[in-house]
Amino acid sequence: MEVTGLSDKRWLRVLVALFATLLIALTFSGGLSASADSINEDSEWQIKGNVKNDGVPLDGVLITVSGNGFSGEVATDAEGKWAVGVPEGGKYTVTLDESTLPEGVIVTDKEGNVIEPTRDVEFGATKTALSNYFLGVGVREVTSFTDQLVQRLFTGLSFGLLLALASVGLSLIFGTTGLNNFAHAEMVTFGALATLTLAVDMAWPLWAALIGAVILSGVFGFALDAGLWKPLRKKGVGLIPMMIVSIGLSLALRYLYQYLYGGSTRQLPGADGAELKFGAISLSPVDILSMAISIVAVLGVGFFLTRTRLGKATRAVSDNVSLAAASGIDVDRVIRIVWVIGGALAGLSGILFAFYRPGVSWDMGFGILLLIFAAVTLGGLGTAFGAVVGSIIVGLFIEISTLWIPSDMKYVGALVILILVLLVRPQGILGRKERIG
Amino acid sequence: MSSDAKPKVAPVKTVDMHVGEIVPGVAKKDPIIVADNVTRTFGGLKAVDVAHVEIPRNAITALIGPNGAGKTTFFNLLTGFDKPDTGKWTFMGKSLAGIPSFRVARLGQVRTFQLTKSLNLLSVLDNMKLGAKGQKGENIFVALLPWLWRKQEEDIEAKAMELLARFKLDTKSEDYAASLSGGQRKLLEMARALMSDPTLVMLDEPMAGVNPALTQSLLDHILDLKTQGMTVLFVEHDMQMVRHIADWVIVMAEGKIVAEGPPDEVMANQAVIDAYLGSHHDQDLGEDPNDEKEHVNAIKELLNDDDK
Amino acid sequence: MVDFWQIIQNAGVELISPTTAAYALAALGLAIHFGFTGLVNFGQAGFMAIGAYGYGISTLTFGFPVWGAVLVGIGASVVFALILGVPTLRLRADYLSIVTIAASEILRLIFTTNTLEAVTGSADGLSGYKGGFAALNPFPEGTYGFGPWEMNAYDLWVRVVAWTIVILACLLAWQLIRSPWGRVIKGIREDEDAVRALGKNVYFYKMQSLILGGVFGTIAGMIFILPRAIVPANYATTLTFFIYTILLLGGAATILGPVVGSIIFWVLLSAVSGFVARAQAVGWFDFIGMSSVQAGQTRFIIVGIVLMLLVIFRPQGIFGNKKELAFVK
Repeated sequence: MEVTGLSDKRWLRVLVALFATLLIALTFSGGLSASADSINEDSEWQIKGNVKNDGVPLDGVLITVSGNGFSGEVATDAEGKWAVGVPEGGKYTVTLDESTLPEGVIVTDKEGNVIEPTRDVEFGATKTALSNYFLGVGVREVTSFTDQLVQRLFTGLSFGLLLALASVGLSLIFGTTGLNNFAHAEMVTFGALATLTLAVDMAWPLWAALIGAVILSGVFGFALDAGLWKPLRKKGVGLIPMMIVSIGLSLALRYLYQYLYGGSTRQLPGADGAELKFGAISLSPVDILSMAISIVAVLGVGFFLTRTRLGKATRAVSDNVSLAAASGIDVDRVIRIVWVIGGALAGLSGILFAFYRPGVSWDMGFGILLLIFAAVTLGGLGTAFGAVVGSIIVGLFIEISTLWIPSDMKYVGALVILILVLLVRPQGILGRKERIG
Repeated sequence: MSSDAKPKVAPVKTVDMHVGEIVPGVAKKDPIIVADNVTRTFGGLKAVDVAHVEIPRNAITALIGPNGAGKTTFFNLLTGFDKPDTGKWTFMGKSLAGIPSFRVARLGQVRTFQLTKSLNLLSVLDNMKLGAKGQKGENIFVALLPWLWRKQEEDIEAKAMELLARFKLDTKSEDYAASLSGGQRKLLEMARALMSDPTLVMLDEPMAGVNPALTQSLLDHILDLKTQGMTVLFVEHDMQMVRHIADWVIVMAEGKIVAEGPPDEVMANQAVIDAYLGSHHDQDLGEDPNDEKEHVNAIKELLNDDDK
Repeated sequence: MVDFWQIIQNAGVELISPTTAAYALAALGLAIHFGFTGLVNFGQAGFMAIGAYGYGISTLTFGFPVWGAVLVGIGASVVFALILGVPTLRLRADYLSIVTIAASEILRLIFTTNTLEAVTGSADGLSGYKGGFAALNPFPEGTYGFGPWEMNAYDLWVRVVAWTIVILACLLAWQLIRSPWGRVIKGIREDEDAVRALGKNVYFYKMQSLILGGVFGTIAGMIFILPRAIVPANYATTLTFFIYTILLLGGAATILGPVVGSIIFWVLLSAVSGFVARAQAVGWFDFIGMSSVQAGQTRFIIVGIVLMLLVIFRPQGIFGNKKELAFVK
């Protein structure tokens, strides 16, 4: 096998990738969003509006509509128009994201006084409700750079931690079985959906629903391994076919979820909590609890891997299966445990993600699948600790990068990081060199 | 035992290839490869540290040494499958350091692998045809116009069948390489290497995993290469086997060349005996002792738990 | 009562539809990548998007004639293949798969953003680019075909062009695969080092394969948009996975496989979803409470399950030869 060091050819590749990244980044200078200017057009109930600055329509301004368990985001089109279809009548909250306004422009009332960008809208006699924004000259209360940075640090850390829960599971599964599990996304979504069913549809108290959902997720993981992956391993199916099977499973599960739960986003109870301010940082009690749970879970996994018998056996198997088996470790049992833990962690990650977004939807896991892969690759394939490190870095990078690049580009940033890492250091931060090629 | 195998005809040894007194790194009258100061380090351990070595032309040279001596690594360096930290070497006078493996192969230096790389999903004949050099049809644009490469393809096929006949594989030409036995695949790999009319044939442990019946055949084929004017360099573990066919032997240990010379002299050499049986003989030199692996750690921890 | 005749007729339409042709061509490109060379390219949707947008933007924004727009699309495809290939062709298979997915997603996001809306139409996409192509139509106005395959002059033109391209592509691929070039490619699929040791520049061959299969995908993208509009949501990773399903169904390392696979896939999908929709409408699925929206979602669940079953039980597909499959151990 040909081994190369950091040679001229490698630098050339890095340059090409950096250039491509630059091109992409340049393409996005300026306000931008990946949102359409209208969603759910075939819904009966519509909330619409205009955004105009002194009579001149503005495009690309982000509007969020939320209420009655629904949440949606649109951007104004070239005529300053936007429309959001909602599932039912009643009261909604419309918010204009002032950071998507041009410099020096702010939401005002008709007289030009500065007002809040959030207002309530209620359906009247018809099924259409209007909400127009007028803008005027003004200065936004802009938080200082350091304050913003600190706020994003926390958000990024929060996201990175919940990502870590999913990544650790994926990493352990990859390490012990060699499978690149594309269906991991659906295991994440499963946790959120399970909580939704237990807490909302079956009206369990939230704490019971959470525990129940995590347990169910673990069972789900176990079932997947027992029913699908183990028989395939025994059959001797190769790694690439297994990867493709996981893709098929991902597709089937995702649309099964959509079949069972519908296409819209629903909220978990307690998702909208009042924000508390800690100096520069504003967090809700849910955010704090979420981070606490993530940290406890990550530490718990770490403890398991380093201090318990089974955990050490898991590390041994994850590193070198045949050698571990030769030392008398029950590899099958380890793999089974890995799938249970991986499933439970993925489910927990999904629950926390549902509070983070906020919202539960059939494809929420799929949206972050590539981020999970990025985190695991960045940290080093096959090392669980690397997955945690990689996830936190990805989470921080995504959030902090929004200080400079538009917030809808943040996922792309992580994807680019993934590609760059693979060029320069394919084994990741903590991975070992032999694993790559 | 494979070490008892002798070639059918007692080989005529090429002698007197060296210049001056025989020491490690001695110059040769007609070297095909001259290497200087070649080093390669893996994780803190110097796997290869060769000050100077010359491989004689049109002779069979064996590269031997205990496990972890650096033979295969040195092999990989010479053939472009690995990059050295330092060093330069020439092949037929042409500098090869830094040249990628496929170019090295095109210059007339072909190699085989320790774990046979017969392409199992191709037929035996296709395997052979792949070995030919300078095929016009391998260019994507020329490939589209069959009349441009049809004639060359027929010539290549004729040559392939001839070689296969020599290696007694011609009846299997249409079969998938996967259906051959392990030994037959070794022969296929050697035959394939000959398709490009190489100047230097480098064999990495050609006898490994071959049953005794075929070993004889393999030895004869290797001798045959010399008769046809090629140079052979091969890596082997077993000195007894080597003694029968090698004209020259180079002994490596701990990355360095500790001895070289005609087989009989080398076998009597104290330095060589030390290399095989000396103070380091029970240490696997291929690994860095400080490079503990994760699974070893984990298993050690498990065992510690057992002791408590 | 469920109108089975209508279901069959609708399914029959798919036999020669340009969508089927487009998927066949995209799958053929993937056959070159994955089936013959062993490159796990999960970005074929990206290549198709380049074809679609390359053609659409050249025509609408720059006013290029048909041939110009096609060349722009192909040129962009080659550049994309180079950008993808230069860094990644030295990495292991599952790394390549992740990078190609990521690159494809980045492309889709670029085409969806509002900043470039003037050129790309962002989430709403592009339309109105068919004029130049329609103008080349030699068939006079009128109705052609019969029964379910009744169509107007434009539809006929699209089908003629689409399937001619597919046939030409098949011939080209077939000729390449049975040539010495194809032999090197198949060797690379199995063991790169062995092929290197025989003096072949492996990296170069892989790049050629990537470009060739990518261009096939790009042209497929252009065919794909002829009967419809360009909408970025169509070029998500689900598209790539559908193409893989078709490829594996027909036979990953064959030339006929992608084409037959595409035909069978679309005919069956139409038949099954047609049946499910109609059966639901007359209440056959009331016992599990299936709504009409849900009836439409079952097709994706079925595709996912089919893909899994294919890979597990018959990875060589219809025409494939199990002995020749590199990824089946």
